[in-house]
Amino acid sequence: MEKFTQLTGVAAPMPLVNIDTDMIIPKQFLKTILRSGLGKNLFDELRFDADGNENPGFVLNQPAYRQAEILIAGDNFGCGSSREHAPWALLDFGIRCVISTSFADIFFNNCFKNGILPITLPQDVVDVLMEDASRGANARMTVDLEREVVTTSDGKEFAFSVDPFRRHCLLNGLDDIGLTMEKASAIQGFEAKMATARPWI
Amino acid sequence: MTAQDKPRTLYDKIWDDHVVQQDADGTCLLYIDRHLVHEVTSPQAFEGLRMAGRTVHAPGKTIAVPDHNVPTTAGRETHIENEEGRIQVAALDTNARATGVHYYPIDDVRQGIVHIVGPEQGWTLPGMTVVCGDSHTATHGAFGALAHGIGTSEVEHVLATQTLIQKKSKNMKVEITGSLPPGVTAKDITLTVIGLTGTAGGTGHVIEYCGQAIRELSMEGRMTVCNMAIEGGARAGLIAPDETTFAYCKGRPNAPKGEQWDAAVAYWKTLFSDEGAHYDKVITIRAEDIAPVVTWGTSPEDVLPITGVVPAPESFAGGKVAAAKRSLEYMGLEAGQKLDEIEVNTVFIGSCTNGRIEDLRAAAEVLRGRRVKDGIRAMVVPGSGLVRAQAEQEGIAQIFIDAGFEWRLAGCSMCLGMNDDQLSPGDRCAATSNRNFEGRQGRGGRTHLMSPAMAAAAAVTGRLTDVRDLMAEAV
Repeated sequence: MEKFTQLTGVAAPMPLVNIDTDMIIPKQFLKTILRSGLGKNLFDELRFDADGNENPGFVLNQPAYRQAEILIAGDNFGCGSSREHAPWALLDFGIRCVISTSFADIFFNNCFKNGILPITLPQDVVDVLMEDASRGANARMTVDLEREVVTTSDGKEFAFSVDPFRRHCLLNGLDDIGLTMEKASAIQGFEAKMATARPWI
Repeated sequence: MTAQDKPRTLYDKIWDDHVVQQDADGTCLLYIDRHLVHEVTSPQAFEGLRMAGRTVHAPGKTIAVPDHNVPTTAGRETHIENEEGRIQVAALDTNARATGVHYYPIDDVRQGIVHIVGPEQGWTLPGMTVVCGDSHTATHGAFGALAHGIGTSEVEHVLATQTLIQKKSKNMKVEITGSLPPGVTAKDITLTVIGLTGTAGGTGHVIEYCGQAIRELSMEGRMTVCNMAIEGGARAGLIAPDETTFAYCKGRPNAPKGEQWDAAVAYWKTLFSDEGAHYDKVITIRAEDIAPVVTWGTSPEDVLPITGVVPAPESFAGGKVAAAKRSLEYMGLEAGQKLDEIEVNTVFIGSCTNGRIEDLRAAAEVLRGRRVKDGIRAMVVPGSGLVRAQAEQEGIAQIFIDAGFEWRLAGCSMCLGMNDDQLSPGDRCAATSNRNFEGRQGRGGRTHLMSPAMAAAAAVTGRLTDVRDLMAEAV
């Protein structure tokens, strides 16, 4: 997993609430057996019409936001399906950070497994960031995970906080499975105990 | 009172019994008793294992079945037309056989939707932790099992270690007092709760459903309720196990037998929330106040009784105003329109929410002696091959066929339209599934969620219909 330390880039505003994972990556693209290559279909049904032409009104099709690396989104981002194809598609497009007032649980978890930083901030702060993002490509935001601070294009700073374990893993690009496998003896101990306590499992 | 004696919720108890290790910051390594696997969210996980030279830690606790993109028409055992779908199903087949997990291939009569197969085969039991790379894993909470969806990286983590790195959620109680009125079902309960709390209302929580109306539900009904806990944003839904649960589990192929059964039941009887246990959020609804409901928009929280009208976007607040406007435009509806005048051209009965035998019985009850209205495409997709076989045995299949329904093979089908069962742009569907998101059932397709009985009623009249009207009418 790629480390996440500090990111400075264009933020795209997506104020719609309840953006679900079906919108982020529609089901017809889940048939892949790879993790890569989904960026071209990110937000497919919003980005393209039925004939595959770009919808010029969609934010990521506008010249200012084609290189966006941050999304500022409406409440409850990533609700619905558990598909990890959603963060894979965001990452493949180039999005490394999503900021919203709240995230759906599974999507939130999935982001951390892929080097994407989801940040939860109060409505008034998200409103300021949304406004800043609306200024276009010259409004580059900085997200600093070490300091846990977002800085707007005009220098306003907002603190955020991330679960310490997840922050540690992101900052160092650590693989969860490797970490857990170091605890193999604890897992075996638990299994031995359960074989007596709940043998039917 | 020591910490040990502190009253605990059902969730607290299951959680405590599965903690392998806890760090100072509260991060836990949680043991997973059952891991369900399907073809769409697992290929990258198996590939990851191979690349890292890792093996499946506990194949005996892992169950694999193809469901998401299998066709529901005859001949699928030998040929799947869609190439990508075929490759995914073949990849699951290869991975399942190579790793020695329990596997129900496409030609096995026990194949079906993973959340229907697990309980049916007795893999899901009270007090367990159950995960699957699918958000509707919440279904298994009906047994008093802590069950939730995970992403593919976590699928790989569970395959490799049989554990997950987790932090505990908060406790939320949803109590449904009294008894459900006639014509009102488990689906109406779960949709009504989401309508009240919103799709983010349960975020960060595990919901325990309780109260008389929940106790009075069958296991099938309880699975319907818990299935949609995720649509309310909750990590999981739970219902304390009781005699109804034990009776359902007893004799299932993988349920314990003999002395082990007795020991299991003794343990299961300890799985309830203690008097005075703390809940961070409590919602109470009177069953008498629940009506047959339908959704009007593109979020499962867009729920109203069938007797209502399409709401005006301005009646909402904040970001929901714009979202509701967008929903009405997508759905082709006008504020003020009566819900029971909305015409449909498709009816879908099935899914992990409502693809069990009781769901098919409820729909067949409405359809007995009636016909699907001309011009409507109506399909039933049983949740598993065994549900299908039972429905055929009970004569239910014949009722559907006589009424003009397509009688399909088991799978997820039009719930998410990954196979060929999809809506076309502008199609409007009465569906017993769980999500009415834009494009979910097919690009441009419009979905109204409801119970199986309500979907059957819509098939008969060609419009969203109060099933109680048909119940009152003699055939």
